[in-house]
Amino acid sequence: MDRAIKTTIKISAFITFGVLFFIIGYILIMGLPNLDLSLFQLKYTTENVSLFPAMITTLMLIFLTLVIATPIGIFTGFYLVEYAKKGNKRVEIIRIATETLSGIPSIVYGLFGMLFFVIRLNFKYSLLAGALTAAIMVLPLIIRTTEEALLSVDDSLREASFALGAGKLRTIFKVVLSVAMPGILSGIILSIGRIVGETAALIFTLGTATKIPEGLFSSGRTLALHMYVLSTEGLHVKESYATGVILLIVILVVNGLSTLLSNKLTKGNENE
Amino acid sequence: MKSKSIENFMKIVFFISATMSIIAIVLICIFIFAGGIPFIQEYGLKNFLLGTEWKPNNTPSSFGILPMILGSIYVTIGAIIIGVPIGILTATYLAKFCNKKIYKFLKPSINLMAGIPSIVYGFFALVVVVPIIRNIFGGTGMNIITASILLGIMILPTIINISEASIRAVPRSYYEGSIALGASHEKSILSVVLPTAKSGILSSIILGIGRAIGETMAVILVAGNQARMPAGLAKGIRTLTTNIVIEMAYAADEHRQALIATATILFAFILIINGIFLTIKRRTNNG
Repeated sequence: MDRAIKTTIKISAFITFGVLFFIIGYILIMGLPNLDLSLFQLKYTTENVSLFPAMITTLMLIFLTLVIATPIGIFTGFYLVEYAKKGNKRVEIIRIATETLSGIPSIVYGLFGMLFFVIRLNFKYSLLAGALTAAIMVLPLIIRTTEEALLSVDDSLREASFALGAGKLRTIFKVVLSVAMPGILSGIILSIGRIVGETAALIFTLGTATKIPEGLFSSGRTLALHMYVLSTEGLHVKESYATGVILLIVILVVNGLSTLLSNKLTKGNENE
Repeated sequence: MKSKSIENFMKIVFFISATMSIIAIVLICIFIFAGGIPFIQEYGLKNFLLGTEWKPNNTPSSFGILPMILGSIYVTIGAIIIGVPIGILTATYLAKFCNKKIYKFLKPSINLMAGIPSIVYGFFALVVVVPIIRNIFGGTGMNIITASILLGIMILPTIINISEASIRAVPRSYYEGSIALGASHEKSILSVVLPTAKSGILSSIILGIGRAIGETMAVILVAGNQARMPAGLAKGIRTLTTNIVIEMAYAADEHRQALIATATILFAFILIINGIFLTIKRRTNNG
């Protein structure tokens, strides 16, 4: 009986990790040979199906989204951990709001972005509309990781700083933040992963134009959107594989970095 | 004096930032509900929810979303059947059966699994799972079974991470007490630790359901997307989410409103699921 239980558990774990590594291996092996130099030409044409404009658009979107979401997310973390009193009603409402936000499917974000940013505010399909939508989407993630990182900072550090005469703001920026930084960074890096992989929230906000956006109010497509359009058209399987490989590599790097940083955070605390 | 005013100013800045997520959720509610409810009122809630025909191009057009509601429910049940047992057992493995060295490698792998873009999952299912299902069941290979397998895989990280945390949160003394009574390691975990962690495991399943219902771009590629009543496990279906994406690009007027109303219904589903999740979580934390 014990043996059977143990075997079932081990088989389940094997299936989970087997599937994961099979997916990664399959996409890499099938995709890497398709990474042709012609895919990296400056301009997209129906002949070269270049993914280069999509790469640049992805980078632009990441940058713009983080510029919007990072300060708001980190400041919210500051407020929740450093300023608000425990059991405060306001804190409770903010918590419920962020938790609800993190459960909303990306297609609902996408539709909201379309109704609000694209139509009501008349941004059209644009980099700005896409970035604002994506910013709301990653906000809960940044808030949560910031909160966790701040909470992991030992209170004695804050007290020492106060005792030396530093004000609250100075304590946060000079003492708390420097200790909590790796945790906050790992949250930001995970957000990059979310933005890179997002499709449903962007298709009706950023749009799917094939060129590099010329400005905030110009449309484009990210790598993930590019891959979606190619997969639904079904004409460019090779190019889909190639885009998949790039997406996967980005996600591997992003997750590796974030793991490294959060390990650093736990290690830093153990040493104290 | 000056530093004091900066302190106060920044305090206000932090507070305003914190209210942003409330503003966001309120705006989302307003726009999604205001966009859909007028159409639902005009068309009739009953006709909309229970109508079995989605024919936007007919005259007069019919907008019944029951096929899509059932489609979403079926693939979600399928995903639960596939994902939940494997997920919970994998979580048990991570928490109680694997040594530290392997864990250091496997835990980040689960996070990686959560980070893989849904389009990559969908594409993988399209090129690998669809042909296999086509060989076994015939047809196009794009059907409830394929979508369930895909979603079952995609909800694994959610279920594993939350279940594992709740299994780890069970006090060690429970396990030790069971061992002291002569039960084996396996038996103690199965009949003492897992039942104690059940509310955490339950909330992981609920969150998994939310993920499965909300997933869009991966499902589009493998579900077949026929807007008709589900006709069998090996037949194609359309879900609420995919209905929106497929037709929004060219929809106009009433059709477009019907799609936004579809999102309203989807959003209502998600809010209910989230509410259940938050209630369970709060009760666990307080109890």
